[in-house]
Amino acid sequence: MKQNSKRVNDVILQTASIIIFFIIVIFSINLFFAGHYSPGGGFIGGLMTSAALVLLLLAFDSNTLSKVLPIDYRLMTATGLLIALATGLHSLFFDRPFLTHAYGKFDLPLLGEQTLHTAIAFDLGVYLVVIGVTMTIIQTIGESE
Amino acid sequence: MSVLHFAILLPLLAAPFIPFLFKGMKQIHTGWFVLVVPVVLVSYFAGFIPVTSAGDVVTETIAWMPSLGINFTAYVDGLSLLFALLITGIGALVVLYSIYYLDKDKESLGHFYVYLLMFMSAMLGVVLSDNMIVMYMFWELTSISSFLLIGYWYEKERSRYGAQKSMLLTVFGGLSMLGGIVLLESMVGSYSIRDMVANSGVIAESPFFLVAMILILLGAFTKSAQFPFHIWLPDAMEAPTPVSAYLHSATMVKAGLYLVARMSPVFQESPVWLWTIAAVGMFTMFWGSFNAVKQTDLKGILAFSTVSQLGLIMSLLGLGAAALHYDGIDDNIFIVATIAAIFHLINHATFKGSLFMMAGIVDHETGTRDIRKLGGLMTVMPITFTIAVIGSLSMAGLPPFNGFLSKEMFLKATTKVFSADFFALETIGILLPVVAFLGSVFTFIYSIMLFTRTFMGEAKFDQLPKKPHEAPIGMLISPVILALLVVGLGFFPNVLSNTLIKPAVESIYPTLVAQGQNVKVDIYFWHGLTPELYMTIGVILLGSLLFWQMNKWMGIYNRIPHRLTLNGVYDGTLVWSNKAAYRFKDNYMTGFIRSYLIYIFVFLSGMMLFSIWWFDMYQFSFENMAEIAPYEYVLGAVVILAALAILFMKSRLPSIILLGVVGYGVALFFVFFGAPDLALTQLVIETVSVALFLLVFYHMPDISKKETRMRFKVGNAIVAVLVGVTVTLLSFMALTHKSLSSISEYHIENVYDLAAGKNMVNVILVDFRGFDTLFEIVVLGIAALGIYTMIKFRTTRRTKGDGANEAKQQTRQ
Repeated sequence: MKQNSKRVNDVILQTASIIIFFIIVIFSINLFFAGHYSPGGGFIGGLMTSAALVLLLLAFDSNTLSKVLPIDYRLMTATGLLIALATGLHSLFFDRPFLTHAYGKFDLPLLGEQTLHTAIAFDLGVYLVVIGVTMTIIQTIGESE
Repeated sequence: MSVLHFAILLPLLAAPFIPFLFKGMKQIHTGWFVLVVPVVLVSYFAGFIPVTSAGDVVTETIAWMPSLGINFTAYVDGLSLLFALLITGIGALVVLYSIYYLDKDKESLGHFYVYLLMFMSAMLGVVLSDNMIVMYMFWELTSISSFLLIGYWYEKERSRYGAQKSMLLTVFGGLSMLGGIVLLESMVGSYSIRDMVANSGVIAESPFFLVAMILILLGAFTKSAQFPFHIWLPDAMEAPTPVSAYLHSATMVKAGLYLVARMSPVFQESPVWLWTIAAVGMFTMFWGSFNAVKQTDLKGILAFSTVSQLGLIMSLLGLGAAALHYDGIDDNIFIVATIAAIFHLINHATFKGSLFMMAGIVDHETGTRDIRKLGGLMTVMPITFTIAVIGSLSMAGLPPFNGFLSKEMFLKATTKVFSADFFALETIGILLPVVAFLGSVFTFIYSIMLFTRTFMGEAKFDQLPKKPHEAPIGMLISPVILALLVVGLGFFPNVLSNTLIKPAVESIYPTLVAQGQNVKVDIYFWHGLTPELYMTIGVILLGSLLFWQMNKWMGIYNRIPHRLTLNGVYDGTLVWSNKAAYRFKDNYMTGFIRSYLIYIFVFLSGMMLFSIWWFDMYQFSFENMAEIAPYEYVLGAVVILAALAILFMKSRLPSIILLGVVGYGVALFFVFFGAPDLALTQLVIETVSVALFLLVFYHMPDISKKETRMRFKVGNAIVAVLVGVTVTLLSFMALTHKSLSSISEYHIENVYDLAAGKNMVNVILVDFRGFDTLFEIVVLGIAALGIYTMIKFRTTRRTKGDGANEAKQQTRQ
């Protein structure tokens, strides 16, 4: 986080990070999607994803990261909140109370018959907010003098 | 809205136009426009005289807050009408006087007349309201408008002091009165004064009778400047003289008298009423006249004289209550007290009004009101002198003026106590005529002083700020009218007997009137050789002697140090309460967060432990406890040890690490207790927070990184142990007392059927109780934005070695 004055040659760390990054991200996505049936969910999934991003921050510097992943994390937080809110609001259009979830079985093209649940959209909101918040905090503190 | 209501509110309705008239019509004095209002009102109210003298009353009601029993009921009977005529009549004269007194180019007349009109409405509202809440509203409006008028010359420090003092005291009384009103309402079930009078028996039997009476009397005593609340009146003399003449002699200070007279039918059966009012009034009469003699300021003398005269009327109203204890009206000797009170009320308004206007003229024409500088004005101001002599002699109670008649009746009423055989009047009551006599002697002295010191003696015109000359004719009209009234009422006192005084007295004794008895008011000069005549002669003789030898005994006034006087007590109380409040605040508002935390924790434990003891909840059993596995013992020990070790660490770094140990221990507990989601979250969050702690530690100023062990403080340790014990106790008790089964059964059963999920925790978070989650992510978002703005948008950037850093370190130590 704090930029070193002299460049350190940390090839091993950087190489390992790139590989591990994908593993963590995939794990976090797994945690996120599995949330409704087994331990996990939006919160822990979001934290894991940001942990992967932090790993990249440690191995490289923040400029590199923002070049590779040009994401505005504050926008991400807002998007997450919006998705969560929209999920809650959608039930109002079907004459149901706020935040009533709907689900059903659908025959999807590639995936076959799957259960789709609006709770996953809500969880997606949580997921995005958690990543956005964590990364905003870490980036802001890291970049400050 | 009836005409009567319109009449009461007319001054208030006229007030908004005054500033426009003042700004728009510069060439005409605004007072001329204002004058119309009281003149119209006085002629309107005069129209009620035939009605009330026939014994009838007029009632008009507007519903205001009917659901609360608060209606604007205007009620005109003899007593109200008398006051209404005084208010509007003297009001008209005062407005006329003020036109010549206040300069239209130098003064902000817009303010003055708005306040004055506000006051007039308020005063009319007080005397004409039947509903006590409405009366209280107008009552406070008189306090507020009086405050504004006293502080009219707000650049002067004394004005502001006087205004504040009168405000504090009268509002104190007003609020007490409100308490009394509420108590009375709770007894009778109505705010109407007539209902209270009709139910005076119920009130007399109530356990709160005395409290209600004292609270009501506090209101009356503070407003009417009775001992010991009279101290605001002399300081209110900083107001312009028309204000002093109007508010502080003729009308507002009589609001208390009105209240006492109005409430008499409610309370007067009780001996406490008679004694409180008679004693306080009598002492006020003496004390006011005694203090008036030492004043050197003309208006100061008049202020204390007003206090004294108000005391006189008050004591008469008290003595009048004795009349109820006689059966026959013909030999009802105490009714004379009430008649005297009403008569003196009128007389006082006339002569005191004229005297104040006289003082204003002297001030206006010579530039000073100090009687030590004045003297010999008789030749240059003959008309003013005449007014002063008439007013003063009437005040002293000398024939042939109206003051003589009422003073005679006053002395007669006090001597009547000898013939009474109840309420201990025949024993302690003897003090009453004695005090009355002494008070009269001092009244005589200051009355004589008032005009001899100002107008007689040697002339020292060269020392005066202005060259004195007679006042303009317009300024003299009002006092001349009042002085003519003084003389006229002296010679023809019975003009008012049946028109004004009799109806007023009858409204104080509704029960006697109801029995078909008739109040006879017959005022005449010559009573024969009665005790009161001898007393008057005695007053004149002793008064003259004392006045002649004045220099010899004036020294006694300097005996009392300022600290022990009532003003000293008042000032001291203000200063002391201010200081005490500051000291109290400084004692507990230390500015240290640790003190506040101690208060919070001690209060928390205290409340909890107290309620455990009070409700006798202390019980717990270990019956429903689960088995504790060995590894749980081990983990528990590790967490406890780590937490304890934090306290004994020398450096902050190991403390942070140990905190991490506690956090991970808790995560392990979650694992043992079957909470995988919690365990996962706890692990990650603990890691993040430890990292943040380390970050903060890294950026700490070097000086606070010094390795010192936390200092041991017994107090802190006790509080910490106390809170720990309390919370532990509570948790055990909560577990034992658990009486309802958990709702989690529902969740377990329906998690798949209703929400198509198997992870119950997550389903609860996003589905069953998703609303909480929604706002938790909002909280997170706010936290992130907060951190972002805190770091990015610093307006002042700290530089190294800056003062801010050092200041921080100093507060730390």
